[in-house]
Amino acid sequence: MNILYDERVDGALPNVDKPRLLGKLRQALPDLEILHSAEDLRPYECDGLSAYRVVPLLVVLPERLEQVQTLLRLCHAEQVPVVARGAGTGLSGGALPLEKGILLVMARFNRIIEVNPEGRFARVQPGVRNLAISQAAAPHGLYYAPDPSSQIACSIGGNVAENAGGVHCLKYGLTVHNLLRVDILTVEGEHLTLGSDALDSPGFDLLALFTGSEGMLGIVTEVTVKLLPKPQVARVLLASFDSVEQAGRAVADIIGAGIIPGGLEMMDNLSIRAAEDFIHAGYPVDAAAMLLCELDGVEADVREDCERVDAVLRQAGASDVRLARDEAERVRFWAGRKNAFPAVGRISPDYYCMDGTIPRRELPAVLRGIEELSGQFGLRVANVFHAGDGNMHPLILFDANQPGELERAEALGAKILELCVAVGGSITGEHGVGREKINQMCAQFSSEEITLFHAVKHAFDPQGLLNPGKNIPTLHRCAEFGSMHIHQGKLPFPDLERF
Amino acid sequence: MSIDHDHSTDLLEQVNHALNNAIALRIQGGNSKALLGRPVQGEVLDTRSHRGIVSYDPTELVLTARAGTPLADIEAALEEKGQMLPFEPPHFGPDATLGGAIASGLSGPRRPWAGSARDHVLGTRLITGHGKLLRFGGEVMKNVAGYDLSRLLAGSFGCLGVLAEVSLKVLPKPRTCVSLKLQMGAAEALCELAEWGQQPLPISAACHDSEHLYLRLEGGEGSVKSACQRLGGERIDSRYWTQLREHRLPFFASEQPLWRLSLPNSSPCLDLPGEQLLDWGGAQRWLLSAAPAEEIRQVVAAAGGHATRYGAHETPFQPLPALLLRYHQNLKKQLDPQGIFNPGRLYAEV
Repeated sequence: MNILYDERVDGALPNVDKPRLLGKLRQALPDLEILHSAEDLRPYECDGLSAYRVVPLLVVLPERLEQVQTLLRLCHAEQVPVVARGAGTGLSGGALPLEKGILLVMARFNRIIEVNPEGRFARVQPGVRNLAISQAAAPHGLYYAPDPSSQIACSIGGNVAENAGGVHCLKYGLTVHNLLRVDILTVEGEHLTLGSDALDSPGFDLLALFTGSEGMLGIVTEVTVKLLPKPQVARVLLASFDSVEQAGRAVADIIGAGIIPGGLEMMDNLSIRAAEDFIHAGYPVDAAAMLLCELDGVEADVREDCERVDAVLRQAGASDVRLARDEAERVRFWAGRKNAFPAVGRISPDYYCMDGTIPRRELPAVLRGIEELSGQFGLRVANVFHAGDGNMHPLILFDANQPGELERAEALGAKILELCVAVGGSITGEHGVGREKINQMCAQFSSEEITLFHAVKHAFDPQGLLNPGKNIPTLHRCAEFGSMHIHQGKLPFPDLERF
Repeated sequence: MSIDHDHSTDLLEQVNHALNNAIALRIQGGNSKALLGRPVQGEVLDTRSHRGIVSYDPTELVLTARAGTPLADIEAALEEKGQMLPFEPPHFGPDATLGGAIASGLSGPRRPWAGSARDHVLGTRLITGHGKLLRFGGEVMKNVAGYDLSRLLAGSFGCLGVLAEVSLKVLPKPRTCVSLKLQMGAAEALCELAEWGQQPLPISAACHDSEHLYLRLEGGEGSVKSACQRLGGERIDSRYWTQLREHRLPFFASEQPLWRLSLPNSSPCLDLPGEQLLDWGGAQRWLLSAAPAEEIRQVVAAAGGHATRYGAHETPFQPLPALLLRYHQNLKKQLDPQGIFNPGRLYAEV
């Protein structure tokens, strides 16, 4: 079932008279940069999920908050949908434009307002890049912990909207754990402060609700993040295994030994070989699986933990364990993992990255399931896995130039996500639902749960003008999706009209 | 025979009965958090029959338990496996339940370093204002599907629904723990804490009374040992932190009204009438003061924080700005359209 916005199942959108709207915008906001011609709009037709493209009605590039406020008021009055976008690096199509909507690009709000070492926070505008925060904090020995792999380019506003993760989540948490305060504009252009400069704030935890809400509840205008002292040292161990099961058990054993690594990553043989061919990191190309275990903190503790982990890995049956000898080797070990996606890109014309999470104990079963599905669909799958926190990134290899392969890759991806849900996991660990996983939401949640999500949306945006169609599917979409996925002989949503 | 049971059907039935007959419900576990929030008029919905640990796998770092499970049972199960609830929830009595701990959202001394109750919530089962038992979040560390209702429920004081079950992230206990007492004034202590906060020191609790700074160091042997050498001071019994968390230090034995002040990390000493005890490295301060609520709240708000009154009071929580209050009301109306769940517990208008 197609994921592009379909008014038939996703709800009718207001029809907007483009020239009239453009006229109104120019009148109300004479100094706002507005893109409206086909060739200017084209570069904004997709985000990081480039397989899906929609040319937006208009693109606006504000530079002052008053412009955003006026724009939102006007769009609210005129009933024009608004899709917010930061750097556009999201992998789930959360910033995929709408033909009938304005794309609000927040990238020009790129000022770091304050870095406060005593208070251990940084206050930044939403277009500031993730890595730029850590760079600005570095002279004080501090950093911002969440590090999604796109951190060079992705902006903090988008990180908040998607509740972005990274490779250090088990120890340092997701975006939601590293925020103090987010300032937003509501759909009506009102300013709200969620959270505070203190560690908590009175009333409901709207900051938690807002984080990861994918631009559906408001527009991020300012973000105050926590800063942490940089760990004194980080050391990394690389372990090779003859089977994925053994590697999975080793992960449980490390945690069972009371050690929380800063990063704990697993790669399967196909990803190991692809990464080694590309980066020459010194990976064990014959291993069925390898683990990278990074321990960070105070020197004495890290040294002690490295010895402990080394013993645990060998006990768990590792055929080889190597401690990176120096910083250069540590960086090289990580380079292979961090470049696993582009490395896979070199061995296949296209690849499709999934983002399911599972309880770790289910890993061997899920990997076996993926292998079976891979055979069924006739497409190879390379697996990289944030093993510490149960977040898998199966990469489906395909060739978009072969008729039907993209569709097969999508169908295989959907099956993998449903497998994650079946073992008690989730369809998305850190990339978000966006448009990409809109159908799989129907597999993870019941119609009643989805109805409650809509109720939350209604509290903030009753007319559904902010990022319509993302994150939460309509019951109609689920009904249609469900009719293709009949579980146990029962049709879900029996009360709904079928199309 | 085990007393652990799944009584969610009974809870759901009582909620549906309340919905059908427009009866307000006062959700209650051990009633140990009654010292916080406005009084609620309504029929008691007692969660304590719905109890028991549903699943706990130490290597997954996840524990799932029913809301009526005594907090002490959960802590004992974790202790047995060398693990803990990192946010150290205050009990405020022997009958504290998991549901109350999460609904009140309170966190103990480790909070600034390890995160809050909300930070450790992974998933919930919730009885809604539409009379349904629904599941949000899950038992995995990372999960960004749909809105994060589970974390929204932490600290919502039961105003948005009945928490029936909670999944939490748990952590191994640190290998080494040492508590220290250093003689210094409050201003000096705040200065030192601001400085130490920028360094990778294994501090996991910091409190200051009028004369001494109390520190807890937790981590590997090496880091704790070197921090001890560097900081000096006198070793104290680590049970001090439980006394602090449970308000059992002599400071709390007072007839004066008790206030909790939540402040930005680097806030200076606040000039308020009464006695103060600094917790959370200065980010949470306990104040015993008979000063008018408005005066206290004004001073705290000017410093970027908010003040909560413990004990019976008409407005225990810092009043919200009008617009924010409106969104609270919107949310309440959407999730609890008949307004049956703990009406008025947080604010008269919610």
